[in-house]
Order: sequence, then C-alpha cells, then structure tokens
Amino acid sequence: MANMLMIQADKCTGCHNCMLACSMTHEASFRISAARVHVYTWEQEGFSVPMMCQHCRDAPCIPVCTVNAMTRDSETGWVNLDQAKCIGCKMCVHACPFGNSVWDEASHKILKCDYCGGDPACAKFCPTQAIQWVDDVAATQSRKRAFAAKFKAAFTE
Amino acid sequence: MHGWVGNILRVNLTTGKVSKEPLGPALAKDYIGARGLGAKVLFDEVDPRVDPLSPDNKLIFAPGPFTGTYAPSAGRYNVVTKAPLNGTIAAANSGGTWGPALKYAGYDALIVEGKAPKPVYLWIKDDRVEIRGAGHLWGKIVPETSEAIRAETDEDAHIACIGPAGEHQVLFAAIMNDLHRAAGRGGVGAVMGAKHLKAVAVIGTGAVTCADAEAFTAAVWKARKMIQAHPTGGTGLRLYGSDILANIINQTGAHPVRNFQDGYSPDADKIGGESLSKKELQRPKGCFACIISCGRVTKVTNPKYAGMGEGPEYESAWSFGTDCGIYDLDAATKANYYCNEFGMDTITMGATVACAMELYEKGFITLADTGGIALDWGNAEAMVEMVRLTGVGEGFGKKLGLGSYRLAESYGHPELSMTAKKMEMPAYDPRAVQGIGLNYATSNRGGCHMRGYTIEPEVLGNPEKVDKDVTEGKAELVISWQNTSAALDASGACFFSTFGIGADEHAAMLSAVTGVAYTPAEFVECGERIWNLERMWNLKTGMTSSDDTLPRRLLKDALKSGASKGSVSRLSEMLPEYYARRGWDTNGVPTTAKLHSLGLGG
Repeated sequence: MANMLMIQADKCTGCHNCMLACSMTHEASFRISAARVHVYTWEQEGFSVPMMCQHCRDAPCIPVCTVNAMTRDSETGWVNLDQAKCIGCKMCVHACPFGNSVWDEASHKILKCDYCGGDPACAKFCPTQAIQWVDDVAATQSRKRAFAAKFKAAFTE
Repeated sequence: MHGWVGNILRVNLTTGKVSKEPLGPALAKDYIGARGLGAKVLFDEVDPRVDPLSPDNKLIFAPGPFTGTYAPSAGRYNVVTKAPLNGTIAAANSGGTWGPALKYAGYDALIVEGKAPKPVYLWIKDDRVEIRGAGHLWGKIVPETSEAIRAETDEDAHIACIGPAGEHQVLFAAIMNDLHRAAGRGGVGAVMGAKHLKAVAVIGTGAVTCADAEAFTAAVWKARKMIQAHPTGGTGLRLYGSDILANIINQTGAHPVRNFQDGYSPDADKIGGESLSKKELQRPKGCFACIISCGRVTKVTNPKYAGMGEGPEYESAWSFGTDCGIYDLDAATKANYYCNEFGMDTITMGATVACAMELYEKGFITLADTGGIALDWGNAEAMVEMVRLTGVGEGFGKKLGLGSYRLAESYGHPELSMTAKKMEMPAYDPRAVQGIGLNYATSNRGGCHMRGYTIEPEVLGNPEKVDKDVTEGKAELVISWQNTSAALDASGACFFSTFGIGADEHAAMLSAVTGVAYTPAEFVECGERIWNLERMWNLKTGMTSSDDTLPRRLLKDALKSGASKGSVSRLSEMLPEYYARRGWDTNGVPTTAKLHSLGLGG
C-alpha cells in the first residue's frame, strides 16, 4: 500500500496554489520558479494541468545518475534526490520523459518533487482536489465509477 | 522588505530610458500598494489637468503586497492613470496571473511615461527590460497579440496588452491580461494605445518573501476556511459564477431593464448564472492563488455566435442582456468574447448600446445614423454587431466608442446616458437600493459598484442584512465599504474574499507577510487615506460636488414594476451626511483637519 499524487486535470482551475505551497514548503518563500509541481494552462481553451515527478517504478533518471544521487527507496517506492551528492550534470533532465526533473537557474540545483516526506503541501492547498494524495491502487476508483455510471444510465433507462 | 519586493520600474517611452528606484517603506506602509501606490504616484507626479491621452499622462501597473503569495484569492494588480472616459483617477483592477509575474520579476510597480514614436512592447525578464518594436503586432486582437509575443519572448510569458480598441482610442478600451482578464474601466487601454504601447510581457524567477511564514500560513488557513464555509465564497461562485446575481438582484426589483427604464424583468433567469451553467459553461477557472474559482470557461456552439473564451460575469450578462432588452445568453456571451478580443470594458459597452437603443426608440437617432442597423430593444444580432463595429472602429461603432455620455450629448439628450461622472452605472438600480446610489454618486471613478459594494449588506445580507430602502445609516455604511474596499484593492486581494472574510483577516495576513503591524482599524484607515487622496486629485481636475449626482431619471422617475415598484433614489437625504461623516465641508472638499489626520498635506 503506497500513496501517489492523483491528478484530476478536469478539476484544475489554474490557480497555482499548488506551486505556491510547494515553493513555501521547500524554499520558505514564494518563488514559483522553484516549485517542484508545475501548472500548465491553455488559456484560450481554459484548461489547466498540474505536473510533478511520478516516482516511476523504473525511473529513467536513476540509471543515468552518475553519482547515485537519484535512488529509489525500497520501503516507500519514492524516487529520492540527494542534493548533497548531486553534481548538477542534468542527465536526469535529459532522461525524464515527462520533463519533471527541472534545472533551476536561480539556485543552480535540480528540483524534483519529494512528496514533502509523505504530507504533500500541493494536495493540501489545492482548493478543488485536482491533486489528491491517495492510495495508488484506489486512486482511480472514483473516476472508474463515474464512467461506469454511464453504462448504468444507458442500460437501466 | 517582505510582501513588497522593494523596487519600482520606470520606463520612459519618449526617451527610451529604463530605470529602477526603491519603494519607500513609509509610502508602502501608508498606501499599501496597487490602487493606493498608484494613487500616490499619480498625485505626486501628474498634473490633474493633463489631457489623459497626452504623453504627459502616466500609466501605472501595480500589484499589492499579497500578490504572488498564497493569501487566498489575492493575486491582483491595478492599472492607475487619468481616465480618458471621464477625467477621474482610473484605478482598474484585474486578476489572472500577470500581477504575480511582475512581483517575481522584482517590481512593486511599473510606471510608464511619455509616448513611443512608433508602436512598441515591453519585455521584462527580471532585471532585463527591453523596449521592442510592435509594428507587426499593431492591429492584432488580444489572443493573436499574446501568441505572437510568446513566440518571440518566452512561451510562458505573462502578457498584458491592448487590442484594436485601445489603439484607436475607444474611450472605454481595456487592458487585457492572460487573454480573458481585464483592467476594464475608464479607458486605461486608450491611454496605453495613446502611448503606442501594445503590450507588457513579463516573466520573473525571483521570490516574494514572507516576514513570519508560520503566522502568515496560519492566518491564510483561517481565512481559507472562512471563505470555504461561506455559501457564496465557498460554493455559489464556483458553481454559477458572479452571474448568480441576476435572479437575486431581479427578485429585489433592482435589475435595470432597458437603460434603467425599469428594475424588474420576468425573463432575467434566461441570462442568469444557473442558465449559463447548463448551457455555455465548460468548467470553472481561478485567478492566481484563488480558492473561489468564479471564472467561467465558456463555449458557444450556436453558429450565429460561435466562439470560446471566458465569461460573461453578471455585469456583462446584464449589460448585453437585460439592459438592452435581450435575453439571449449566447449573444451576450459572444459580445463578451468580442470585448475580450478587442479589449473593451463590457459594462460601458453594453450600457452604451442600451443608451443608443433608447435614443433609437425615441427617434433621436435613425437608421441613417446606425448604418441601416435597427437598434430595437431585444435585437440581439444588432447588439453583437454594434459591439464588433466598436471594436474595429467602423460605422456607428465609432460613435459608440465615445461612451454613452458623449453619444447621448451629441444627439442633444445627455439625460438618457445612465452615468455618474460620465461613467456608466452597472447592474444595480439605485431606486431599489438606496446605499448603492450614494456610492455611485460619490465613487472616485464615476458609476461603479466596486468602489463601495453595499449590495452585500443591503441585498445579500453579508455580513448582516440592512434595509435597502431606508436612507438612514447609509452614509456611514457606504463610507465604511468605500474605505475598506480601497484598502483591500491596495493589498492585491480580490473583492470576492468578502464572502467569507473582512478587514480583521486581511490585516492579520498583511501584518504577517510584510512584518509591518496593521490593526484592522489601521488597515481601513489606509483605505480612507487612499479615498481622500483620490478625491483631492479629482477636485483638482475641476470636479465639484455638483458632479456627485445621479441621472434625473433615477431621482425622479419611480420604478414601474417588481419588488421595488414606486421607489426613487433619495440621494439628497444621504449626501450631506456623507460629506459631514467623511470630514469634508458642505462642498464635498476634504477639510485641512481631515487631511492632516491622514498625513496628507493640505
């Protein structure tokens, strides 16, 4: 049983509260260029999506890290970045297919979501539950049920 | 500094000079920021008699100390300048995500002076400020402008720009940011166009710091919970948007119909927020740091009015709807999209069409004037076409682009312009709600509900219900809302946070983030200071107490139907007490004693 950050993009309003919470938690200031979660908004269509490290089971950032700064915790399953070991070679930036390992030019560091040690600030601050900290197996329950209800509606009319 | 970032950016478009100066801590403390900071700069640096469209007017973009933090729904900025529409101090307030970007770039304000010889735009990335040619952008509507600028600066750049309306000086042209958000009223977009400034693109990698993060975060959570527990702030606005007001205001008999000929319509529901949520609404949207999500992402599939974007708000659904005798929400939404694309204030636009419809009804203008378009009440297609013509500056649209006062005056009937100080009143009839009438008459920028939104106590019962039909106690009520709102506007907060929190919570958050102690009374006193400074500015432009009035129709012609049938605005019962309670003389001029008590020189 492990938790994950479940993204419900259809609920995202593009408010950036997640980025503010992340920045304050990690940097003790409001600097959204330092957030480990990023919100992308398509303004014409009015659609927004928050994106953060997926803590992949077979994380490409781990094998490319030459100094073993990027490791997987066998207990939690999280992909952890040890800043003390990191040499800033940016191989993880090349490797992550989602673009979730980010180079911050202001601090000269790699920024990556660390689940705030198990109490993610972004999920707490999100006003619409577009980001939820939920059990990874149960995460899709409500979405599956919502879609399954369409079958129910079709067949029980 | 904390909350504030400590710098003001100054750009002179005539000389091309770019400079940075520190934000004085005393000034920051007394005026807070945004609307307050803008008022102080305008007062100190611009001759009130200046022609608003001349290079000597200044255009100030200013966020507040909350902007860029997670104070709930507090990511706003103001544009302050002398208003082309009516010569008052225009402080236009906008949300979206542009204001925080200016803070992250390192600035509490951007002051634009002079006039560029040819169209330009500003590109600001932290310390790097460039004045770039915009000849290839001039003439483009807002979405195309934003896309083009992003392609040549940064794909994530935040853009505030004008559309064609600001370029050809529609007197109510707006400055749009993030495509769908407007610094809407008074013609701030025309000032930008007169300076040959097409856009300001910003991206910032800096920080807004917090004096006491623990206290601030605790105060933020307390405020969030109060807003979320409020039926309007926590649920109503997210489900139905501000247009939820249509039915509520109509039921109280205060929903102006056909250019304020009446105050109740049996069809108001057709253009209300509940209807919007069933038809055009795609999903809610939130500005920066917002927990209320009142924004409406909408789409119209009807081929006659097809489009997508955001809105309409209540004021816009009303101005393009009931005010014109129209109950077609698709048409009102399309008119709203045109205003966002061309960059125009929706309230003045719709109210000006409504005025034109009354002039047409009475035969003061004819088909010859309108270019063959029948401006009958309820003619939705005609209304939408008039909005488009105003945006492109063609045909009768050129006259509409002057606003209803100059339009009606040019046809010999200024009394048919439903304005206060030449700015169109929004969607609340003063005959049905006494306090809002006093607010319209005394508002520092003309007919505006946001300067002192007493609709909340008088109609919505927030925080407590006050009798809308009495005049007793209204002077005090209006003054309190005007002062508090000025402080709130100066902090970068959104007015909708008043559905949940008030000066107590704002003062607590402001003290914690800035490290400067504000009691709730001191916070409100900043608002009173800002109000008096704006008043002094307006008086120096030549305005007098004779301008603190309402159209004759609202003072003399009683409402004909609805819950407030038979009522008129009894402004004269409230205005003298208003002056007295404000510490002003009987001519509405702040006394020396009052000015000194606020630290304002006589």
